[in-house]
Parts: sequence; structure tokens; C-alpha cells
Amino acid sequence: MDPQTAVQKNGTEQSLLEQRINRRKFLLFSGTAASAVVIGTACSKDVEVSGNNNNNNNGVDLGSGDFGILNYAYALEQLEAAFYTQVMATPYASMPAMEAEFLKDIRDHEIAHREFFKNALGTNAIKGLEVDFSSIDFTSRASVLGTAKAFEDLGVAAYNGAGKLLKSTDYLLIAGKIVSVEARHAASIRELLAPNSFADLASLASMGADNSKGLDAQMMPKDVLAIAGKYVKTKINANNLPTS
Amino acid sequence: MNLQNILTEIEKVDPEVYDRMDTRRNAMQRFATVGKVLAAAAVPFAVGSMFKKAYGQTPADVLDVLKFALTLEYLEAEFYKQAVDSAAVATASAADKAALVIIRDHEISHVAFLRAAITASGGTPDTLTAANFDFSGGMGSGTGPFKDAFAMYPVLLAVAQTFEDTGVRAYKGQAGRLIENNDVLTAALQIHSVEGRHAAKIRYMRRMMTGTNLIPAGVTLQPWITLDQSGIDVGDAGVNAVIQKSYNGEAVVMQAGVPITNINGNTIAAAEASEAFDEPLTKEQVLDIVKPFIKA
Repeated sequence: MDPQTAVQKNGTEQSLLEQRINRRKFLLFSGTAASAVVIGTACSKDVEVSGNNNNNNNGVDLGSGDFGILNYAYALEQLEAAFYTQVMATPYASMPAMEAEFLKDIRDHEIAHREFFKNALGTNAIKGLEVDFSSIDFTSRASVLGTAKAFEDLGVAAYNGAGKLLKSTDYLLIAGKIVSVEARHAASIRELLAPNSFADLASLASMGADNSKGLDAQMMPKDVLAIAGKYVKTKINANNLPTS
Repeated sequence: MNLQNILTEIEKVDPEVYDRMDTRRNAMQRFATVGKVLAAAAVPFAVGSMFKKAYGQTPADVLDVLKFALTLEYLEAEFYKQAVDSAAVATASAADKAALVIIRDHEISHVAFLRAAITASGGTPDTLTAANFDFSGGMGSGTGPFKDAFAMYPVLLAVAQTFEDTGVRAYKGQAGRLIENNDVLTAALQIHSVEGRHAAKIRYMRRMMTGTNLIPAGVTLQPWITLDQSGIDVGDAGVNAVIQKSYNGEAVVMQAGVPITNINGNTIAAAEASEAFDEPLTKEQVLDIVKPFIKA
């Protein structure tokens, strides 16, 4: 994309966002701006107290509002895309054809997601993150698929939890288009590891799933980043993200 | 628009209108800010939203979405309830039957959850039973295009796949109408991704089937939707066309104005570009798809 197109496109995205700003949340802004600032400060402090060094005030700022949430998604997609790129660059020994087919497709999907967010965010996009995969043994099927399962379930939980933080119905739709594909990935990887574990909601209870109601995982950004942080070297500041 | 006049009119009917909204002063401040920042066309919506909050009403949209979702979940729940005890599934492996039981139980849970959500929102949930559905897709005749669904396992899985992929698209299409209600939106998203997991599993089961699987020649069925391919060929063009309705519009390779194919110099074929994003269906499209399965 040439720079001029990028600027124009970015301008379009912004005006779209302003037009579609959610009514109820807008009212919160207009009516309780002062208290929102206080809550925001309290949350930042809370995050610091939690001692999570991957949610760092000096780190890469995801930003606020819908762009903040899109950057949060962009960060997660960067992590997933980098992981599957490595998986396919150094495949574990005797990778069966169907597993190679699935993992290659998932790699392509995650790259598509990553690059989509990069272009949609334009100048608002955070930089490329440096990953840390030192805990993953890419020569081991169990390590690779186990990590893939963790990433996909986390991705599902992240998008499910972030939906309510968005104000634009257009971005909510995009998130919806992506999360069901992450759910398809999660189910597929789970089947490769353990037959009929595709939707083991009881195993996802700690991530907000409720098996008794048939509800999948859902997590808030700070909880997702606390888990994902293990794999990201770059410090991330999520303190300006919306919290409701 | 003179908002103060509107409020004055409401005050005649409901003297406590300002108390409901917080205080008169705050209400006025909000109106002033709303008027300043929002485009004129959006003001009535913002005001409506304020009143919904003030009077504790669940917006009609939310109730409508919950009731629509309940119908779809009943359809799925009743389908799997009959499926697991069918002659078709009697020919399946124990593992396949166990998978269908897992899915059935989720759909039953979704029905119960949505019924409770509708009641909590001040609505009255419909109660549907097996008698309300015709899983042959014959609008009550019992002789529709899928009349073998409970007799032939490949047909049963083809119908299940279509229901699950349709369900995913249906929830996706309704999410925007729930954006003002965080709790309902989150729950809907949580159901939506469970349907996505189901869809992937059913597709995987079809792929792993030995013998007749109704997968078109030359197609490698995957857990995700490639372009707008159903991955189903029942050997009858008319029936294939009925199934195709659930997949039309899935071949999108442009998202929010961003072309996905080979994006930013990465080698991403159109097939994978389309797979990476599931597409929504409107309520009308979904109702058109499920209509043959519901008795009039």
C-alpha cells in the first residue's frame, strides 16, 4: 500500500469509528468523564500492584478506545503468527500430512489476521513485537500442539472478552469473524491431541468458560496478557485499554 | 430538536423523570454534551438509550435477538436429541456418538440459558419440542430433501455441519444489535465460539469418515470454510442448492476495505484469505434457511 492510500484509509477508519460510536458508552463518557478518570487511575495502579512485568507503564502502549482493543488483538495475532511461522519453518519430525496441512493453513490465517490489523490500524498500529519462544520445543509434537492449543483457547477467550469493550459495531463484527475461526482452530488442535476434547468447556473453567451453561472461555485483556506475556519479550502497556 | 421540550412533555406524564435519570442538572448536562458532540441524526438514538436505562427496559433488539437465538438452539437441541438415538448413529463409532452427545448437551444448555436470559429480560420464552420440527426439511411433510437424516449417517453429519456453520453465522450477524448490553453480548459470543468448535468437529468427523462421506470429489474438507464451498454433495443439484444457502457469501477476501489475499507481500491464497474470516448471515437469511425445518 502506498503511503497516501494508507493515510486515506486510516482517515476513513477513524471517521467510521466516530460515526458509529456506541450510544450507551458514549453516554458514559459524556456523563461521567471525571469519575472515569479516577477509575482508570485505580485500574492502572491495580495492574502494577499485580506485579505483572508484561503490563508495564514503560512498555509499548496499546492505546485507548477501540484502537487500543484492535492493537491488543494485533499483539495476540503477532504472537500466534510468529509461532505458526516457526512451526512450519522447523516442523517436528514425521509431521503427518494432515497435521502439516492444518498447521500451514492456521499459519496463513493468523498471518492474514495480523496483517489485517496492521493495515486497519495504519499509523495507530503498535510496532512489531519481539517474541520469546524459548519455552517451546519445536522438535516435539507434544510441545508444539500443546502450545497451539493454549494459544487458540487463549485467543478465543480474548476475543470473547474484548467484544464488550468495543464501541464500533463494525469492529465488533470483525472480531466476531475472527473469533469463530480461532474456535475452529482450537477445536481442531484439540482433536489432534485428544479425541472429543474439541469443546471441553470444563477444562476452560479457569478461563471463564461455564460448562453447565455451554459457554466458552472469556477473559479480560490484563488476564490474557498475563498469560501471553511469557511468550512476548517486548513489554506491553495495556493500562489505557477500556475496562467496560 | 428541542430536547428540553421533550423532557418537559415527559415530565407531565412522569414527574420523576429526572430522578430516574440521575438528577435534572446531570440530565441536562448530558443532553448538552450529547447535542454538542453527536451528529444531529444520532441524537434521538442517544436519547432513546438514556430512557431505556432510566426506565430499566431491555431494548427490544436484545429480546428479539435472544428469542431468535432460542429458536435456533431448539432446532439444534431437538436435532441432536433425535440424532443420538437414531438408526444412523447406531452405525457410527462409539467416539462419534460420544461427540454428538457432547454437542447435544451443549445445545440443551444453550436452550436453558437463553430461556433464563429472556425471562430475566422481562420476556416470555417460546417453548418448542420435537413436534415443532421436521428434520427432513419438508416443512412438516416429513418427506423433505433430508428425509434420510436419521437413517443414513453421512446425511446426518451433512445436516449437522450445515446447522453448525449456519449457527456460527447467525450469532455473528446479531452481535452488533447487542453492543449496548455487555452481559448478553459476552454470553452470545461465548455461545458463538462453542458453535464454531462444534462446526469444526463435525467437519473433522466427516473428513475422517470411511466409506460414503458426501464430500464432493476433489474437495479436501477442512474444519474451516474454504471460499463458499459447503463441502457437501448429496448427489442432487436441488438439494445441494438448499445447502448452499448456508455458505453463500463466505468467499469474502476483503475485510473493512483491506484486501486479504497476498496482504503486505505475504503469500496468502484466496482460499486461506476467505477461511481466515467467517462471515455473518442476516436474521432474514437464517430464517429462510431454517424455515423448511420448522413446522408451520
